[in-house]
Amino acid sequence: MPKLESTRYIVLFASAVCVVCALVVSVAAVGLADRQAENARLYRYKNVLLAAGIVKPEDKLPDAEMMRRFESTIEPALIDLASGAPAMDTGLDPLSYDPRRTRNDPQMSRAAPPNDAGITRLPNVGVVYYVKGATGPTQVVLPVEGAGMWGLMAGFIALDRDGNTVRGLTFHEQKETPGLGAEIANPRWQALWQGRKAYDAAWEPKLRVIKGAAGPPAQDPHRVDGLSGSTITSNGVSRLIGFWLGKDGYASFLERFRKGTA
Amino acid sequence: MTTTTTLLGPQERATLTRPILIDNPIGIQMLGVCSALAVTTRLDKALVMCACVVFVLVAANLAVSLVRNYTPGSIRIIVQLTIIASLVIVVDQILKAYLYELSLELSVFVGLIITNCIVMGRAEGFAMQNPPWPSVLDGLGNALGYAVVLVLVALARELFGAGRILGFEVLPLVGDGGWYEPNGLMLIAPSAFFVVGLLIWALKAWKPGLQDKEG
Repeated sequence: MPKLESTRYIVLFASAVCVVCALVVSVAAVGLADRQAENARLYRYKNVLLAAGIVKPEDKLPDAEMMRRFESTIEPALIDLASGAPAMDTGLDPLSYDPRRTRNDPQMSRAAPPNDAGITRLPNVGVVYYVKGATGPTQVVLPVEGAGMWGLMAGFIALDRDGNTVRGLTFHEQKETPGLGAEIANPRWQALWQGRKAYDAAWEPKLRVIKGAAGPPAQDPHRVDGLSGSTITSNGVSRLIGFWLGKDGYASFLERFRKGTA
Repeated sequence: MTTTTTLLGPQERATLTRPILIDNPIGIQMLGVCSALAVTTRLDKALVMCACVVFVLVAANLAVSLVRNYTPGSIRIIVQLTIIASLVIVVDQILKAYLYELSLELSVFVGLIITNCIVMGRAEGFAMQNPPWPSVLDGLGNALGYAVVLVLVALARELFGAGRILGFEVLPLVGDGGWYEPNGLMLIAPSAFFVVGLLIWALKAWKPGLQDKEG
């Protein structure tokens, strides 16, 4: 039996505990990483469907059925973010392409112009999700992201054929305060966005989150209820929506989309 | 300290069942109340949380008990915390791999099992002084005691707040053409205080011996 209180023993024992615990944690993290990445991918697809209103928040669909609906209703397409034109010959698969992965690749992304949404790099190639209809797309779902209170908020906004009316908004990644800012992930709050207008008559991005309650979409088309106790999160949402609807975001793409030349 | 080698003698059975009713960690010791408020809006969330706590508490008690005779007293708390934290991270990783969307909803509260007073309390208060098997039973008993309260609170909140149990409609809501006007208070955190309070009152009225001596 070693002397329990000798410094040598304490250091040895503490190191042994750390090594064993680190081993257990690493085995779990590495062994389950593939499954987790697959879950995150499926959840992203599900949020595209949620934003477009094809799947309802209360629907409980098995993964295979969800994937089937995604494939039958959604057509992902790559665009050149700056011009809004379709991106040709990129060699990228639109289904699996994730613009956020390009952040560290100087060939595939560029520094973002100064903005208040906390965005530092912009991908050269963006991805948009068309909702297929009998005569061309009926909606388009756009990935958006920006800085919140504690970290990145990433989600999707679905716009109607007019490139202006919001059909839905979701957030699939956020680290906001549970019960306060994290309410941006609450379907009841997200439903408030439906029917609002993204742009004003001069096609300037106008949609934002206000303090307090906004009126119904018909009377109050450019404003959405704020989340009480979450000013920083609410402002972050306003700014990221403003950025992605603006000229550095999807404005040129949406102009083409409205005119039917996208 | 027990010296018996029986697997489930009277003493072991007492170790297992005492914390469920007589010495309930939430109802009597008032530990772990914070998570009881946060994850009880729906029964499925509460059940998953209970399963996590059962796993962490049993495994932590077992691990702490196994190394108890080798643990230097001066660093025992940090050793217990390291063990508990590692187990919680493992649980969190498993949830993300198999119950992804529920893990997003439980968010920080799984991670907060690390600071759940019940887990630390049983490791320091029981597992440090007892052999592995009684420690496992003690961990299981306390986790089940926690689970009983969590499930009862979640049952009440989901039923009266949303008219549902495990997502199935029980009380048809007025909004869907039924007769039940849901009690919105039940879906926000303060209602859990009321439900936990009522439970404690019921428990102490049923067993007056549990009331505080000076009270």
